Amino acid sequence: MFTELTGYLFPNDVHISWSLMIVMYPYITGLVAGAFIVSSLYHVFNRDELKPVGRLALATSLCFLPAAMLPLLNHLGHPERALNIIITPNFTSAMAGFGFLFSAYFILVLLEVWFVFRSDIVRLATESRGIKRRFYSLLALGVYDVSDEALAIDRRFIRVLAALGIPMACLLHGYVGFLFGALKANPWWSTPLMPVIFLFSAVVSGIAMLIVLYQAGCRFKGIEVDREAISSMSRWLWLFMIMSLSLEILEIMTLSYERAEEWEVIGHLLTNQLSISFISVQMVIGGLIPFILLMLVVTMGGLMHDKLRNTLSLSASLLLLLQVLSMRWNVVIGGQMFSKSMRGFRETYVPGLFEKEGVMAAVLIFLLPFILLTFFEKVLPTLKKSEKDES
Amino acid sequence: MHDRKESCGGGQGLTRRTFLKHLTTVSAAVASGAVVGLILPKGVAGAVEINYDWTRHRWVYLIDTRACIGCGSCVRACRQENDVPEGHYRTWIERYRINTEGEANVDSPLGGEHGFERIKAGGEVRKAFFVPKLCNHCAETPCTQVCPVGASYTTRDGVVLVDKDHCIGCGYCVQACPYGSRFINLQTHTADKCTWCYHRLTKGMTTACVGACPVGARIIGDRENPDDPINEILATQRVHVLQPELLTKPQCYYSGLDMEVR
Repeated sequence: MFTELTGYLFPNDVHISWSLMIVMYPYITGLVAGAFIVSSLYHVFNRDELKPVGRLALATSLCFLPAAMLPLLNHLGHPERALNIIITPNFTSAMAGFGFLFSAYFILVLLEVWFVFRSDIVRLATESRGIKRRFYSLLALGVYDVSDEALAIDRRFIRVLAALGIPMACLLHGYVGFLFGALKANPWWSTPLMPVIFLFSAVVSGIAMLIVLYQAGCRFKGIEVDREAISSMSRWLWLFMIMSLSLEILEIMTLSYERAEEWEVIGHLLTNQLSISFISVQMVIGGLIPFILLMLVVTMGGLMHDKLRNTLSLSASLLLLLQVLSMRWNVVIGGQMFSKSMRGFRETYVPGLFEKEGVMAAVLIFLLPFILLTFFEKVLPTLKKSEKDES
Repeated sequence: MHDRKESCGGGQGLTRRTFLKHLTTVSAAVASGAVVGLILPKGVAGAVEINYDWTRHRWVYLIDTRACIGCGSCVRACRQENDVPEGHYRTWIERYRINTEGEANVDSPLGGEHGFERIKAGGEVRKAFFVPKLCNHCAETPCTQVCPVGASYTTRDGVVLVDKDHCIGCGYCVQACPYGSRFINLQTHTADKCTWCYHRLTKGMTTACVGACPVGARIIGDRENPDDPINEILATQRVHVLQPELLTKPQCYYSGLDMEVR
């Protein structure tokens, strides 16, 4: 493929070694962390208005988890050696923590899911027959006690797990930001703000994804969308998007105001190579527009017809999902559009449609969590009509 | 290029002497290697390597930018010796042309592998010079720091290497190197970089690039060997390293380095 280059690049810098897969990895991990934090808002901070989405949030976090690992595996030159990260970890590497953090978080989410859905599992195991019964009995792990005392103990466990999960989710995703932020070789990545920016944008993408999934799920199942849940999620989304966007803008402003050496490169990058993906998509289409839409929902939501409010929050969420994706793109790909010679740029990077780490692979990986979620919903329904009436 | 003559002048005497000295060492090494190879069966020829004690050496590299003529012999020798895939470079040569405004124009067509096209003397160009680049084998290297599996490591004698049988090919080290010295080898799907021809060093030979340089612009030496001329040069002459502000402590030194080079 012909690559257009300007200025002088170190000859090895002509190649983009972190591809679209490395864009997808933090994107999906962010969704995992963000969705989990919503479920914790309900379980730990008693935001009862979020009860209708509490279970969906947890299921979403679980279903996106396996997909978070796939882009990395697909990217590795030797995926068959992936376990070396756990077998021979080099602890001076930020990346070595991945295996441990990821596994620990996976176990924690699995445990919490089991406790949250235990009473349903027991009910379904006792109500069903045949293979179905065996399947649910297997999920019940031999525990059939659903007395009030047992459920009270469950709730305590859930609370502890959800509380533990918050710092874990923050670590899991803050760590992804750290992978980039702690590389002194790259001035576009190297900032202590990076993990924080990654964290806030993760929460934004998680809440946005839940608004979309919740509305889609309700429509699909013929359930009425809960007004309080949508209003509350929109408020949280607005808050987190403001913080996330402010941090993103502050980082650029500081660099530009300091007029440090790196600004020569980064300023050029933002106004040329990344002008569409950064200024148009990340800042305007994915930033300013959802900011206004959510502001309308938050400030005038009470006066709105349900349908309008739902549509506005849904549109804002879809745009914010795009915003976070473009932010990941701008960080990962943007950081490789200039050479470490600080004298040259790549003009474009377009991933191939069918190449190993191309667009199709990314789409397929991104579809997986939705398939898992549909399956999960079939096995253990998260959205129920009677949800509000339950204790 | 009249600038080249001028800039070469300063270090020429020394360069020639060092070159001849090294030529002798290299020829002796090559000759002894050949003799050993002829007399001993193949397995035993490797015995030289077994006797190599990595605690008794510490390798450093020195480039005299005033001496380099940009012929590209080193790049070609490196590619041949190390089977470096096309489009990637374990070493390359940069050409700097600084105009009357003080602006630098840098290029490195195909890594300087086939030399550089001549440019006309005079005109806008105020000074011009070549800068050979390679892995700096940093003492505080950011690349081995980030390797998640420990496939990238520093030997006791100060050489930064990659174990290609252990590397998972994540590319983190490629991102972490501020000098652009690493790349993903598309044949092995692992990280690749200059090894200072460790397979030769440990057999008492010099690196392919040093051996190929016709003007002695590149030398490799042993800090643990007091008789090695590199110690005299590092002790008495003004040398510099690339991007010292990053505190990576490069073990590849430059003499006659211009501030435009990073």
